[in-house]
Amino acid sequence: MATIDKKGMRALILVGGYGTRLRPLTLSRPKPLVEFANKPILLHQIEALVEAGVTEVILAVSYHAEDMEKELSVEADRLGISIVFSHETEPLGTAGPIALARKILSKSTEPFFVLNSDIICDFPFKELEQYHKNHGKEGTIVVTKVEEPSKYGVVVYKDNGQIESFVEKPQEFISNKINAGIYILNPSMIDRIELKPTSIEKEIFPGMAQSGQLFAFELQGFWMDIGQPKDFLTGMCMYLKALRQREPERLYQGPGVLGNVLVDPTARIGADCQIGPDVTIGPGAIIQDGVRVQRCTILKDAKIHSYTRVENCIVGWECTIGKWVTIEGMSVLGKDVIVKDDVYINGGQVLPHKCIAASVPEPSIVM
Amino acid sequence: MLKAVILIGGPQKGTRFRPLSLDIPKPLFPVAGLPLIQHHIEACVTIEALQEILLIGYYPVSQIQPFVNEMQQRYDVNIKYLQEYTALGTAGGIYHFRDQIRLGNPDAFFLMNGDICADFTLEALYVSHKSKGTKALVTIMGTEATKQQSLNYGCMVTNKDTDEITHYVEKPSSYVSALINCGVYCVSLDIFQVIGEAFHSKEQDYYKGNGNANKEAGYIQLEQEILAPLAATGKMFAYQVQSWWAQIKTACAAIYANKHYLELYKSKHPERLSQSITEVGESGDAKCNIISDVYIHPSASIHSTAVLGPNVSVGPDVTIGPGVRIRESIILGHATIENNSLILHSIIGHNCRVGRWARIEGTPSDPDPNKPFAKMENPALFNNEGRLNPSITILGCYVTVPSEMILLNSIVLPNKELNRSFKNEIIL
Repeated sequence: MATIDKKGMRALILVGGYGTRLRPLTLSRPKPLVEFANKPILLHQIEALVEAGVTEVILAVSYHAEDMEKELSVEADRLGISIVFSHETEPLGTAGPIALARKILSKSTEPFFVLNSDIICDFPFKELEQYHKNHGKEGTIVVTKVEEPSKYGVVVYKDNGQIESFVEKPQEFISNKINAGIYILNPSMIDRIELKPTSIEKEIFPGMAQSGQLFAFELQGFWMDIGQPKDFLTGMCMYLKALRQREPERLYQGPGVLGNVLVDPTARIGADCQIGPDVTIGPGAIIQDGVRVQRCTILKDAKIHSYTRVENCIVGWECTIGKWVTIEGMSVLGKDVIVKDDVYINGGQVLPHKCIAASVPEPSIVM
Repeated sequence: MLKAVILIGGPQKGTRFRPLSLDIPKPLFPVAGLPLIQHHIEACVTIEALQEILLIGYYPVSQIQPFVNEMQQRYDVNIKYLQEYTALGTAGGIYHFRDQIRLGNPDAFFLMNGDICADFTLEALYVSHKSKGTKALVTIMGTEATKQQSLNYGCMVTNKDTDEITHYVEKPSSYVSALINCGVYCVSLDIFQVIGEAFHSKEQDYYKGNGNANKEAGYIQLEQEILAPLAATGKMFAYQVQSWWAQIKTACAAIYANKHYLELYKSKHPERLSQSITEVGESGDAKCNIISDVYIHPSASIHSTAVLGPNVSVGPDVTIGPGVRIRESIILGHATIENNSLILHSIIGHNCRVGRWARIEGTPSDPDPNKPFAKMENPALFNNEGRLNPSITILGCYVTVPSEMILLNSIVLPNKELNRSFKNEIIL
């Protein structure tokens, strides 16, 4: 393992359970490793943390996944950091894992980051750390603006950022800022948490706010919880749009490409296709001639045969889709699904290794 | 000498064939590349003794005459269209034009309903009719149906030794016989005396005010008023066939008829079927990938990467782009199908335009292949809950389908520009 800068910062990522909301993809691969925009979800976060000076990442997991641990230790070496798995014997909620990792998190008085693992945004860790140190209190919550705050718990705070209260699903408008699931906290706050299943949002933060120890940091740019397929694709659209502004050279250029499209260099695209807007195509994927892809994630080694149209769906690893197939309506194909020629799938959730020979015209789960 | 009479009905008939019959008379709807009744005409012209074909119906002359002229030239046979002044029923029409039929004193004439399709065996029907002697007035082509389905047809009970029809009921409410009337007859001229008697008795009722005032005095139904009373008189016989036969009531039936007429081309007109590239080899006249049987009008233009068949008919001046897939469908003249679209179990009206990556798909209602003698079901348009029964998808003429749209089990009336996908809908 690479040398670890002991002065570096620490971060805790709340990975949690099996990621059932992202099934059938998570039946074949742990959710943190599902590729979002051609990179495992977790790596988006870890790489941003590393850039902000984090050298030790704790993953709070409630299940054992040896292949995930192996895969991430390779990434840890590559990034020159240490990745520690903190296993919960029972699910500890969003605060319990912090108490469980008390030893590591309180090695120094430096603040540490806490993240929900399903969040995707332009992670502003450096600015967050600066802001946190400036106000000098125990904790800072990243907040983001939403259009319909009544669906969420909103955060009410003063002009200087000091949080006054949290209101669950407000019927009358009081704020359009919600908790974005990203925090920076001083080790001293760990004393507030007992080692038992605890919700940081409901049981810890209100108390901190009451004692004036909690501030809000307003997130700029996009934010999305990508824990379920619909939001996964919405988040992908936002991510690609941000990429267009930040690093347009990483986006794919070529004949028949519309809007923001991300294609792994090892993927192959045939003639007379129309790809985009809002498509990511993973490594080794093959798109034959005359294919139409729109608002989709095509994962590694999937193959789409000629003249097929896929829209608004996630095509799992190693899938094979026949000719003249139509797939739409937020369909998710698990790993190694085979779709025969001419088939129509609308909103189908297809479990791994399934062969689909007859159309699925209405949303349903194909076991 | 023999003649043939084809009953083609009129614009008030064939409404279940809408929207396809909105802009083209149902008898002229192309199936396997030919108007429906041209298949009747082709069956007639194979009989050497046949000298005249009369079409009887009440469509305006202007709608039928161009077709008659074309047939006249193509088959070098006398063909006339006789227009009824109003709907006269299946016997009223031939009675009204009896002089025209009797002219030249034919030995007999074939009488054929226009709304059926079949592997017509007219020669054998005539031989059978003649073998019954001079007493025989009518010989009815019959075929076996399932018990359940027989209730929708004219049912015939026969004497197995003599083929005489001993009992005839049109559309009974309970099972009578699985032998059904195909709507194809060989008729002797003396039938006109029988129809005449029916005509005169109805005429008297009509003017006494006893008759059904909604119908013309000359309205006579062959099946109920002539055939049913002729049963067990020794004058009416059945000729049972095993070959393919079906009624064409709904648009679904056109897809079914298309498949069977294409299949008949294999033995009767192999030159009409398109050959696949792999079969043709280097001669190079193949237009695209063909999965037989497929009929393509010579003026149609089809990209080499398109895949057509089985059971596809493509009309004149149709344009089919690269990567298009068509199966079990009829594409009418001047339609354009753009790149990578898929058309399954559908009828695309003339001058339609289907955009790229469109999906047009219907549900077939072919007869149950596991039931012997099953005929095509002609399901009602709507089910008991008032919802559209899944059926083939039909685009009326001049319909535009934008790129990437999906049309599933839907019927689109003519001159419509669609702006979204539709499933199980009728689009006015």
